[in-house]
Amino acid sequence: MADTGLHNATVYHDATRNLQGKISLSDVNIFYGEKQAIHDVSMDIPDRSVTAFIGPSGCGKSTILRSINRMNETIDIARTTGSVKIDGEEINSRSVDPVILRARVGMVFQKPNPFPKSIYDNVAYGPRIHGLASSRSELDGVVETSLRKAGLWDEVADRLDQPGTGLSGGQQQRLVIARAIAVSPEVILMDEPCSALDPIATAKIEELIDELRENYCIVIVTHSMAQAARVSQMTAFFHMGDLVEYGPTEDIFTNPHESRTQDYITGRFG
Amino acid sequence: MNTPSHTVRAYSEELNALSDEIARMGGLCESQVTDCITAVVRRDPQLADTVVKTDAEVDALETAIERRVIRMLALRQPMASDLRTTIAAYRISGDLERIGDLAKNVGRRVHELNKSEPLDLTRSAERMGRLVVANLHRVLDAFASGSAEECIAVCRADEEVDEHYNSLFRELLSFMIEDPRTITASAHLLFVAKNLERIGDHITNIAEMIHYLVTGAELHRDTRRETADGG
Repeated sequence: MADTGLHNATVYHDATRNLQGKISLSDVNIFYGEKQAIHDVSMDIPDRSVTAFIGPSGCGKSTILRSINRMNETIDIARTTGSVKIDGEEINSRSVDPVILRARVGMVFQKPNPFPKSIYDNVAYGPRIHGLASSRSELDGVVETSLRKAGLWDEVADRLDQPGTGLSGGQQQRLVIARAIAVSPEVILMDEPCSALDPIATAKIEELIDELRENYCIVIVTHSMAQAARVSQMTAFFHMGDLVEYGPTEDIFTNPHESRTQDYITGRFG
Repeated sequence: MNTPSHTVRAYSEELNALSDEIARMGGLCESQVTDCITAVVRRDPQLADTVVKTDAEVDALETAIERRVIRMLALRQPMASDLRTTIAAYRISGDLERIGDLAKNVGRRVHELNKSEPLDLTRSAERMGRLVVANLHRVLDAFASGSAEECIAVCRADEEVDEHYNSLFRELLSFMIEDPRTITASAHLLFVAKNLERIGDHITNIAEMIHYLVTGAELHRDTRRETADGG
């Protein structure tokens, strides 16, 4: 195998070097108390495409994902250094309101977490608090469009007043995606969005992700290598807080340059 | 290939079994090609029949490899070097199967050639055959050792086989024009040479697949010439 001779240094594939990044991380270090969880991560994540973060449990992929909408700030002992820019604008600067930031950078979690409200209110919640709709009919429009984009409209159109928690797991996850879309985000972060879903519901979410990438920058953390291969255009492999290798998904899964990546994706780790 | 073992041991065993089957199939083909040339030179019908019989074993191995590859793609979803190994094994087994068929065809012609007087040009075909056998041996070694350089060398060596074939073709043609009584035997010998030349092409395909398996990069006809000239 090709030995790059580089250790603890990221291997960037050639095609990655000329990326027009939507999100740009440079020298990001993240600490939980004394413990350093992320070491000097720098990468450009392209717009209108899906970037997958893969790696073993505890490698830091979720931590890095959460640094893109300052979710780590909700953990008291977490501390971040380095720079995270979206469209060239530093998101860690004091002038950026994290609430506004999280509307621009939506997030979908492992377990679907609809509010204990109606399907309609779940989707209307964001537009209401951000004042994105001036009339009831406008709000109706936003709810319908969001549910349609999330591929859920046909299944719920006649029961919008029913509680969101009454939907199936796959439907709840699409409802949560509709809720994220409703505030017109630019970036959607997904942390293991399908791990609690059956294969059919997973396929629907993957199809949805593929449609959404026409309009959004999507970053997904997944434990399923097959899912990363199916949905993403770019793949980043993390190990023990290092970004080990970053490149086009096809390259990573057919011809990884770094032996740690090779060992992980072929199931030879540890 | 010197990679650590899989966490799932049965998967490693299947990958090893795949490489073993390719090696066994390659060994059988090598003896088929060696024997078919010897049978032509020594006019040995029994040896020729052995070559024909061995082909059934080669075919059975190809089927076994094909089944194993399909099963592995369905059940293991191989990635990275495992994916390349699996796909390369599938394609290499196809090329080896064709090599076996071509050797069998040469074996069958021994009976026809033996009906006529021996031709002087048999020597020339033998020399060409030895080159092809050496190349086959070399490519099988490259598979075992995982040497990309050897693959390039094998591709380059095939050009010599082609030159041999072209000159033998011209010689046989003038031979037939001079003495029409030799046409039947010469035509058979021409087929023998043509089959050897095609075996050479399959060896080149195998070398290209091994190069891909080892490096992840395809070995294109122009690159391999450049690399061969450069190195």
